[in-house]
Amino acid sequence: MSTLTLEKGINALKEQIDAPVAAFFSSCVHCGLCAEACLFYTETGDPRYAPINKVEPLRRIWASEFTLWGKLKKLVGLNKTVTDELLQQWEPLIYDGCTLCGRCSMVCPVGNDISTMIRKVREGMVASDHAPEGLVGASTRAIKIGSPMGVRLKALQAQIKHIEADTGLTIPVDVEGADYMALLSSMEIINFPEYIESLAKIFKQADISWTLSSEAYEATNSGIQIGSSDIARELVQRVVDGAEKLKVKYVISPECGHAYTAIRWDGPNLIGRPYSFKVVHILELLDQLRNEGKLKTTGQFDKRITFHDPCQIVRKGGVEAQPRNLLKQVASNFIEMEEHGKMNWCCGGGGGVSANERADEIRLKAFKRKKSQLDEINVEVMVTACANCRLVLEEGLEENNMDIPVIGLSELISDHLTEE
Amino acid sequence: MDIFNNANDFLIWTRGTGFNIAIAIFIFGVLIRVLEILLLGRKADYSEPRGTQWGPGLKTIISRSLVDKGTLNRSPFVVVVGYIWHIGFFICLLLFVPHIELINASLGIKWPGLPSPVLDAAAAVTMFSMLAILWHRMTHPVMKFLSTYEDYLVWLLSFLPLLSGYIAYHRMINPYPMALGLHLLTVELLLVVFPFTKLMHAFTLFLARWYTGAMMGRKGVES
Amino acid sequence: MNRQTLLEMLQQQGVTRRGFLKYCTALTSLMALPPSMVSAVAEALETARRPSVIWLSFQECTGCTESLTRSYSPTIEGLIFDHISLDYHHTLQAASGTAAELAREQAMHENKGKYLVVVDGSIPLDNPGFSTIAGISNVAMLKETVANAVAVIAVGTCAAYGGLPHAAPNPTGAVSVSDLVPDKPLINVPGCPPVPSVITGVLAHFLTFGAIPELDELGRPKVFYGQSIHDRCYRRSFYDKGLFAESFDDEGAKKGWCLYRLGCKGPMTYNACATLKWNQETSWPVESGHGCLGCSEPNFWDAGSFYKALSIPDGDYARAAGYAVAAGVGIGAVAGLLNKNTKANAVAKHSSVSVDDFAVNKNNNNEGA
Repeated sequence: MSTLTLEKGINALKEQIDAPVAAFFSSCVHCGLCAEACLFYTETGDPRYAPINKVEPLRRIWASEFTLWGKLKKLVGLNKTVTDELLQQWEPLIYDGCTLCGRCSMVCPVGNDISTMIRKVREGMVASDHAPEGLVGASTRAIKIGSPMGVRLKALQAQIKHIEADTGLTIPVDVEGADYMALLSSMEIINFPEYIESLAKIFKQADISWTLSSEAYEATNSGIQIGSSDIARELVQRVVDGAEKLKVKYVISPECGHAYTAIRWDGPNLIGRPYSFKVVHILELLDQLRNEGKLKTTGQFDKRITFHDPCQIVRKGGVEAQPRNLLKQVASNFIEMEEHGKMNWCCGGGGGVSANERADEIRLKAFKRKKSQLDEINVEVMVTACANCRLVLEEGLEENNMDIPVIGLSELISDHLTEE
Repeated sequence: MDIFNNANDFLIWTRGTGFNIAIAIFIFGVLIRVLEILLLGRKADYSEPRGTQWGPGLKTIISRSLVDKGTLNRSPFVVVVGYIWHIGFFICLLLFVPHIELINASLGIKWPGLPSPVLDAAAAVTMFSMLAILWHRMTHPVMKFLSTYEDYLVWLLSFLPLLSGYIAYHRMINPYPMALGLHLLTVELLLVVFPFTKLMHAFTLFLARWYTGAMMGRKGVES
Repeated sequence: MNRQTLLEMLQQQGVTRRGFLKYCTALTSLMALPPSMVSAVAEALETARRPSVIWLSFQECTGCTESLTRSYSPTIEGLIFDHISLDYHHTLQAASGTAAELAREQAMHENKGKYLVVVDGSIPLDNPGFSTIAGISNVAMLKETVANAVAVIAVGTCAAYGGLPHAAPNPTGAVSVSDLVPDKPLINVPGCPPVPSVITGVLAHFLTFGAIPELDELGRPKVFYGQSIHDRCYRRSFYDKGLFAESFDDEGAKKGWCLYRLGCKGPMTYNACATLKWNQETSWPVESGHGCLGCSEPNFWDAGSFYKALSIPDGDYARAAGYAVAAGVGIGAVAGLLNKNTKANAVAKHSSVSVDDFAVNKNNNNEGA
């Protein structure tokens, strides 16, 4: 038995209503354009995936609790109610069929930020126990083990040892008073330890004072993905505590999309106060070093290469020019996809979709959108700046027999660092 | 109509009492709707802003009237017909001299009108495009799926003033006071349902665009 | 009583046959009949006998009579009017007092079932004493007089629709002839006053055909009231081009542009002014530079300012809007605060979610235990 109930879910939805939400619902004219901006609709043709349809539970709460007209309707029983059946029906739309990529929010002609509303609906889903098992598992591991993938400190220490042995570099851990504290995503620790190595190389060359924290190394935040502020708060608090303990000036968000949203934008609001440190994305930091002339690279990558914008970093994070500046420094044959930057198409696995096994099938279907984007430009290599995008892209490319390697941007930079 | 002895009484009612009732409900309703949105407010945002809010918010109010290329390519019909009917509607509403007179009398501002044949054509094009949009709403899988009775009601109530205006202009119903009265009545119906339906988007889209533009602008995202 | 035919009468007045036929042609076209009808009209008029007409004047200003009689040179229309046997008209007749009333009763008696009743003015119903003639209330005289009439012609907007006496707040309870005479052939000839040739045209039609002409839904002869002032206005092209006078002495006014913005009610007014004109076809209101008042329409006096464009609502909508603003702001503020309260309550009721709360985890824990 769950202690999470429909009542709690409805209450959570009520908590989510604010002036923007009310303005958004008041403005929708059912034009259907958001559907064409959503890869889950374009690749399935199923109108239920129209983004505005996904927020129906929240709309019902708004209409019957936050409008005078709706309250009158409710008095005479004409309002549409939110029931467990409704939430159950909507769960796959909210979790499997939405990556919170925010593309719908960019095209809505009346200016509705639909994806933010879908994130809000997830709060109600969690509170009424309608979250998918995959995300419940990830959240539970994140809270109890410290990583959604179950990565423990020992694993990180092993990777550090390995890298130090391989490269002769030192990976600083728990250095109090360092300027920068780097965060990592579990995927980077397990699948792409090259990222850690790249950081070490780049920071050494640029003479950056940095450290990892043994208590707060995990950047990913399953609470953000499942849509629970309570869980997200606990996870953010760990990072804040770690950073404040080491008295760092900056925390570096790694190559991970939602981690950036979690620590950069949502975090201070979750803990209810501004941080004592600043948060920078690794791409922001690298571009700053490049600007300051501290990022010396040699040679250029000459294969046809494109950049996949992670939604949370670009469309929802505002880091758009930086990766391009960096790429231009190290790649001579950089080609943009037709729709890129803030209008890029999602890989299909963000927003917890890739952590939700139930969504595997539709995720691979949705990948067709990325595939057709790639088919148009015929590139040899892809670069991205999100470990999750990278895994999802790799899987999608493999599924479609496309031989395009995917690499991390920091890694690409580090590969071209001028040897001293 | 039983309560009216003749078409002239009907016109007098629609120009007088009817309009008073309609404009009062319209203003009353719109104010309530806007206030119940605005007073909800937003939580303070503690994250360190990358950009400002006001500028991007205002910019988005304008920029969302323009379509991105991808959307235009994927939904040319909705985009193009949507533009046509909105622009046509506003031409008819704002550039027909009798309408300008009404605006001038109520708000004290005026501007030159367009010759009648131009408006005649605009009205015809607008009505035609509205019929096309209706057809699209009834057949396109997404629009059909999303549409509720309210969408069709609002379509009808937006279409009727155009139709009745066209009929009145061409005197297709006699006597003219009946035609003009019907036109006013359809406009009054539109005003009355306005605050309770998605017609509110005509006001709230400024709020919606501003909030989105401001929230994104704060993050340094151009929307 | 030996009654002359119209032709005999005209000949006595020195009108030639040629002049008579010319008039018949004009009359035929006035009545919108095909040219082939000219001879039929002439024939009918030649042999038409003088009909007895009883003219009742109730709450009126005598403007309608003035309109009819103020032609400054004799016209054939005027002669037609002369031709009828106006047996009772208290403004025009020489007799007065008992003799006058006697004339009316005599005419009714002698021409029972054949005489015409012309009415100008409205009839007060609130108190019969508001308007009486020889001690007889208007309503009583009307009912008595029309009882044996062949047809009734309501001349002027007061008789046709109540007119000025009927204007709000209608202190006398004035009603129109049609309100009191539901069962007689009735022709409304509205206007304040009506165009004189329209009055005589209607009479001529009755003389020619012995029946009432085709009427519109307001009881007006379609031949004269079938088209709006706007449709026949010589300034119409300016309306279509969007050229409007904005004051009575601006350039537009001097150039003869459309008077819509100055309140012309031409678009909603059905009358023959634009084609028949006034003062022997000299001019008409719009030609003289003033917008149409809409005087041939019911309740024109209550249809808003003569100087406000037709499209401007007529009520005190600014006041209605003012109340709406006050009420909207008040109730909107309350609604907004209620919303805030709803949300605050929800936030207060928030029960923190922990990963242990999920059913999946609970079940797993149970299994484990």
